[in-house]
Amino acid sequence: MRAAIVSRPIDSAALLAEVATPANGATVLFTGSVRESSDGRTVSGIDYDAYEAMAAEELSRIVSETAERFGTPHVVAEHRIGSLELGEISVAIAVGHPHRGAAFDAARQVIEEIKLRLPVWKQELFTDGTRAWVDARVNAHAPQP
Amino acid sequence: MTVRVLLFASWADALGARSVDLDVADDATAADVLSALDARSAGAQLPRPALAVNRCIVPPHARIARGDEVAIIPPVAGG
Repeated sequence: MRAAIVSRPIDSAALLAEVATPANGATVLFTGSVRESSDGRTVSGIDYDAYEAMAAEELSRIVSETAERFGTPHVVAEHRIGSLELGEISVAIAVGHPHRGAAFDAARQVIEEIKLRLPVWKQELFTDGTRAWVDARVNAHAPQP
Repeated sequence: MTVRVLLFASWADALGARSVDLDVADDATAADVLSALDARSAGAQLPRPALAVNRCIVPPHARIARGDEVAIIPPVAGG
């Protein structure tokens, strides 16, 4: 089990290797990355702000809750903060489990809890030179990214 | 007492700082701190935040104690 808020590029292959053991018949890697469009506007990058001390604690809680629920210690997650360019990985989650169903479900739980609970905020930078905090446009009924 | 409140994202931009010192009553609650913040940010279109005390979200009636680490948590947008 490991969780970290980082300000360097995420090495997703390293996360996958961290959870791969002979006991695990299944390993799942999820990555979230900077998408080129948002609500029809063209994005050039994202700046991530965070309450780092709380985010580190909360991500650790999410990882340990997930590990306990699915019965595997092989859950790792990293969330990057700072300025990211198009296509760069902002979040990576790797889960190793004896069986595929639980591995997929555990990875899904981690990303969904991150979306709900992690004190991290993104400011989208658009190609027209404007920028906007995503928090100011939150709509609980909007489709999830 | 004086409470230092950490600010993030749109709230940090609107108030032009990463933290703000507020004078509140010694028996102030989270709701009192949020009201004092509203007064500071009057006019700004900001999303409603929650309040974290010592890195946990607290309900509006929670008491703030001297020395607590207090932070506003706008609607989160990680991932």
